[in-house]
Amino acid sequence: MDKKEFIDTVRAGFEADLLKVEELKERRMSIYVKPSAIVNIARFLHMHLHFRFIIASAMHTKKGIEILYHFSDDSSGTIINVRVVLDEKKPEIESLTGIFQAADWIEREMHEIMGINFLNHPNLEKLLSEGNWAEGVYPYRKDK
Amino acid sequence: MGEKKIIPIGPYHPLQEEPELFKLYCEGEIVKDIKWETGYNHRGIEKLSERKTFDQVFFLVERICGICSTSHPFAFANAMEEIAGVEIPDRVKYIRSIIGELERIHSHLLWVGLAGHFLGYNTVFMWAWKYREPVLDLFEMITGNRNNYAMFKIGGVRRDITAAQIKEIEKVMEVVKKKTDLLTGAVMDDPVIHARTKGVGVLTREDVIDYAAVGPTARASGVDIDIRRDDPYAAYPLVNWKVITAAGGDVFAKAEVRLLEMYESVSIIMQCLEKLKKEKEGVTEVQVREVPEGMGTGRAEAPRGEVFHLVVTDGSNSPVRHKIRAPSYTNIATFKKSCVGQTIADATIALAAVDPCYCCTERMASAWDLPGGNRLYNGRELVELSIQKTEAIRRKMGRQI
Repeated sequence: MDKKEFIDTVRAGFEADLLKVEELKERRMSIYVKPSAIVNIARFLHMHLHFRFIIASAMHTKKGIEILYHFSDDSSGTIINVRVVLDEKKPEIESLTGIFQAADWIEREMHEIMGINFLNHPNLEKLLSEGNWAEGVYPYRKDK
Repeated sequence: MGEKKIIPIGPYHPLQEEPELFKLYCEGEIVKDIKWETGYNHRGIEKLSERKTFDQVFFLVERICGICSTSHPFAFANAMEEIAGVEIPDRVKYIRSIIGELERIHSHLLWVGLAGHFLGYNTVFMWAWKYREPVLDLFEMITGNRNNYAMFKIGGVRRDITAAQIKEIEKVMEVVKKKTDLLTGAVMDDPVIHARTKGVGVLTREDVIDYAAVGPTARASGVDIDIRRDDPYAAYPLVNWKVITAAGGDVFAKAEVRLLEMYESVSIIMQCLEKLKKEKEGVTEVQVREVPEGMGTGRAEAPRGEVFHLVVTDGSNSPVRHKIRAPSYTNIATFKKSCVGQTIADATIALAAVDPCYCCTERMASAWDLPGGNRLYNGRELVELSIQKTEAIRRKMGRQI
């Protein structure tokens, strides 16, 4: 699927939730979406377009806490970054574990390093530092 | 049924790339559930990267994995060159692909050897590791290091491959090809290996998609993905080769995919060497003086699957955010599917089938009878159990031990 076709398809389905489209280099693209729509969009990408979830990256920026969900369209080699911006005072978003198991570990990791609350995650325990790290201290935030 | 017993594998165990603890919940001989604890070896590399210059980050990410040490610099270079908008010279592309494929050969040989050992085929283990040595020697000749080669930098490679070295590599590749024939024959034609690996640790196509598994783990279940072809980089679009897949999803299919991939790697290297002969020596980089503000996503197909790097820059000389996803991150999670329902003797090879890197040489697996507090097995005894099963099958088939 080429980029234009992809954008048209997403626009048709999620016009109200799509905030911005950013075409990057060849085979790279970002779309900004509303956090409330993430489950529906991820389900659409995974189930209907058969994109593969690569991983998600959490980032603390001036806009807030940002998550980039990286999807791969292996038929064309395109990476689609689905970006959401969360309120840094209370970062929370719906978990994607109901759609694919691949989201399980990375959501636990983002919860641990960035303090993002993933709603309806079956087991939101620390992944990396169980018992070795202070509660409420998030090393990847840029507070200080 | 009797009560469930827990067999912990780890935190330090030769089956694993990093210290991790797998708890097998068993009823009798059958694994009923598996749980894991990770983080024993968390080094905070993503955070460290934010405090290094781009040149230093190459050395940092090279140390993420000991076996496939070039795959992370490969993906990082791809990400950085995307941000800087650099087109690298063809000679660099060929050299990068040669390094990448030599690494795949030595990594797959290592896996075949270890898999042989776990099944009680120590001859396969000795052969595979013996024939891996000349490949490591090649690395020493080309890069100065047998591992952690320090070959990559933004816009180029640090060392050239000379005409004399090309001849040496060609010689070794001929040997590797012959020896791969030997190993492939040993694995594919042995009915005992068939009995031990076919139908064992099966991952279905649906499991692979659900867990987003990558690399040979995915390809052995019929999921036809390979970053070298799908999102082409370096010299892979410039040479002819094919992606190997298998349908079984079991340990045998994973072995088949890896063995046949070694032929493709040899073929890629030979073609790259031919092309290198026509390129002007010494053109090993383009100067990159500044990296602008931006975001880059780089991927590379490591021996174990797709490596993914996200780099965000702000115009300074360090990343603002550097996210790294190694292939084992998604592949290891598939144990939940491949090990449950297996016997303990088969769980050893089912865990190993994903090839979660065998860096560690310590083994500390012990099985405890929880209510009684008595030790049942240690790591050596678990491997023994697997070997005994192979010997029993051999006897049943009337073959010599």
